[in-house]
Amino acid sequence: MAPDLTALLLARIQFAFTVGFHIVLPALSIGLASYLVVLEALWLARGGHVWLDLYRYWLKVFSVGFAMGVVSGLVLSYEFGTNWGVFADRAGPVVGPLMGYEVMTAFFLEAGFLGVMLFGMGRVPAWLHMLSTMLVGCGTLLSAFWILAANSWMQTPQGYRIAPDGRFLPVDWWAVIFNPSFPYRFTHMVLASYLSVAFLVGAVGAWHLLRRSAHPASRLMFSMALWMAAIVAPLQILAGDQHGLNTRQHQPAKIAALEGDFTTEPGTPLLLFGLPDMQEGRTRYAVAIPHLGALILTHSWNGTVQGLDEFPPADRPYAPVMFWSFRLMVGLGVLMAGLGLSSLWLRWRGTLYQARWLQWAMVAMAPSGFVAILAGWVTTEMGRQPWTVYGLLRTADSASPIAAPGVAASLIGFALVYAIVFGAGLLYLLRLVARPPAIGEPGPPAGVPVRSAGITPAPAVAAQIPAAEQPNTIKGREP
Amino acid sequence: MSLDLPTIWAGLLAFAVLAYVVLDGFDLGVGMLFALETAPEDRDVMVNSIAPVWDGNETWLVLGGGGMLAAFPLAYSIIMPAFYPAIIAMLLALVFRGVAFEFRFRATTPGGRRGWDWAFLVGSLVATICQGLVLGGLLQGVRVVGRAYAGGWWDWLTPFSLLCAVGLVLGYGLLGATWLVWRTEGVLQARCRRHAQWLGWAMLAAILVVSLWTPLLNPNFAARWFAWPGIALTSPVPILVAISGWGLWHGLRHGHQLTPFLWALAWFALGFAGLGISLWPLIVPPGITIYAAASPPESQGFVLVGALVLIPLQLVYTAIAYWIFRGKVRAGAGYH
Repeated sequence: MAPDLTALLLARIQFAFTVGFHIVLPALSIGLASYLVVLEALWLARGGHVWLDLYRYWLKVFSVGFAMGVVSGLVLSYEFGTNWGVFADRAGPVVGPLMGYEVMTAFFLEAGFLGVMLFGMGRVPAWLHMLSTMLVGCGTLLSAFWILAANSWMQTPQGYRIAPDGRFLPVDWWAVIFNPSFPYRFTHMVLASYLSVAFLVGAVGAWHLLRRSAHPASRLMFSMALWMAAIVAPLQILAGDQHGLNTRQHQPAKIAALEGDFTTEPGTPLLLFGLPDMQEGRTRYAVAIPHLGALILTHSWNGTVQGLDEFPPADRPYAPVMFWSFRLMVGLGVLMAGLGLSSLWLRWRGTLYQARWLQWAMVAMAPSGFVAILAGWVTTEMGRQPWTVYGLLRTADSASPIAAPGVAASLIGFALVYAIVFGAGLLYLLRLVARPPAIGEPGPPAGVPVRSAGITPAPAVAAQIPAAEQPNTIKGREP
Repeated sequence: MSLDLPTIWAGLLAFAVLAYVVLDGFDLGVGMLFALETAPEDRDVMVNSIAPVWDGNETWLVLGGGGMLAAFPLAYSIIMPAFYPAIIAMLLALVFRGVAFEFRFRATTPGGRRGWDWAFLVGSLVATICQGLVLGGLLQGVRVVGRAYAGGWWDWLTPFSLLCAVGLVLGYGLLGATWLVWRTEGVLQARCRRHAQWLGWAMLAAILVVSLWTPLLNPNFAARWFAWPGIALTSPVPILVAISGWGLWHGLRHGHQLTPFLWALAWFALGFAGLGISLWPLIVPPGITIYAAASPPESQGFVLVGALVLIPLQLVYTAIAYWIFRGKVRAGAGYH
């Protein structure tokens, strides 16, 4: 059937919209889960209530973010079929098993141990609670592993053969999973999640320092976040550079589009500014630094980067958006590294907690990691266009036979529901972090239900123990 | 004989769907019973009785979707577009309902609490209706040309699918009511016992009508049910339904705590077995079998290895969770 261009565009918008809302939440879960593992381990190793207070403070944020991540993720597992049925039919034999493994390894692990993590402290042995936090953390990373393997396979497919009916059939699972772009994408995404959470945590710490919070946890958040920024942001720039080299090798059209390069010449310049024009096939108002593009992308002075002119117009990704989303991501990354390195200088000078400008800067950067993730996601996914399976299956040939009004109606439904649901969730998260951490920070309110098939006895047991007999939450590890 | 992977996977997928239906079924039923139980403290008890387990229950739905994509991608790619409006509405309803669990305890005003209660009720109801419509629509058959859905948007909206939707609302309501009979006490429990009685009769009626109607949809279904050798398999089903119905009625009348819920589950298992007898080996009636829809052995085998280890593990987690949260849920117990 002839592709209905309006329906196709609406289906793409719908997928971008639902993934865009969703992706922020796993990033939050991945980063926070690992942060919580570190906090709990430090608490067990060193004692003292600060670590535990911080653990409980962020645990509440984690629980709300996790719940929203679960429901927005459920939508995605069906959207491949509702809107992208042909893709599901053709690529299902390869992509489906990877998503099946995501459910079986990651979701079940998370659902199993989230309850202990949220409500089990003081009711199960310390080692079991630590283990549960670690397993939930593992779950978030496993989930990223499988879903990024599937996504990377769509970007750089290998290990398959094409059946006579057009289906992609797996030949070598190892090759499918560890496809060329997967290690780079996985590293880049995990580091991005860590950085996003570091800047969120740092901003909350900075905000309470600016509000003169007396609790040492505010300083600790600020300091830990800046250590992360100082170490991880430069690593992320390195990882991003390597990811870029890998992309140039496997998806040169994506690189050409995000750099706004329409012409192929040795010593490719780097464009700092410009308005790529797909119709005219050039970037207008370009501000260029000669040779720098070649230096970055080929690591040589006179290297040649393919321009979009080497690709037929029908195969070119849409440069005007990618050019700017890429610059937004890189700009934020450089700012993060800059703040991290500044903090090292201030730390060495012994004035880390006195520099007000840094605190304000951290507050301003609170959402920076999540914005950078979205910008990077837009860049890499638009750069995969016009294909769903790169170079093999066109997006226009992947959609379900759903006409435009149907897709439009469902898009409106998603927009309305997500606005209400995620608006309320965001409001609640902001309320949580607007309050400074307290000494003897309470956990999630006891008995307010667990949202998971946890194996914790917490609410049931708590209900049976009179309040006076309940274990003192911060006793035990106090020196 | 080599391993028949499509058959194994059909069994696994059927198991995941049944696990979902019975586990999330009583969750959704409890949500719908909000329509009859309006006192805030009763609603808190009702939510607390399912809150520890609902997310794990819903994970089976994700497994159903993911498993179908992995093992029967053709069926997945036909069913989802064929029931597009119903699937989208179900997902949106589940989003609303899922966060309502979380948010109704976070709302700071009584109005906010009522709003999330309403979202919980309507979300549960809409999700159930949509599941019933999909079930009915699937049974009556899906128009397929080549490898794609070829019908209209509303093909699935027929008297039969509406009947299935009503039946599922009643059925999930019955599961929810008997669950609450098991997990609550006092006045709330007594009222749930009464709800369960009329829901039980209504569901029995729905089972009868759906059972008599289904063979009329497709001559193959009729042959399966009323001709030898199928009848050897099918004839015990109505008898077992009757026995379960008697057990349910007896348990409800004689103050049993747990048995009404178990007999209601038996009804669902029997209904599911009946579906299996009708459909086998079809996955998308009237034309597509599990063999035609199967992904290649390389795909099915790859996931099967993991599934054989990981699904039993998940069952252990689930069992432990239910064991830990056993016992009556009391009013006010959850709040400090």
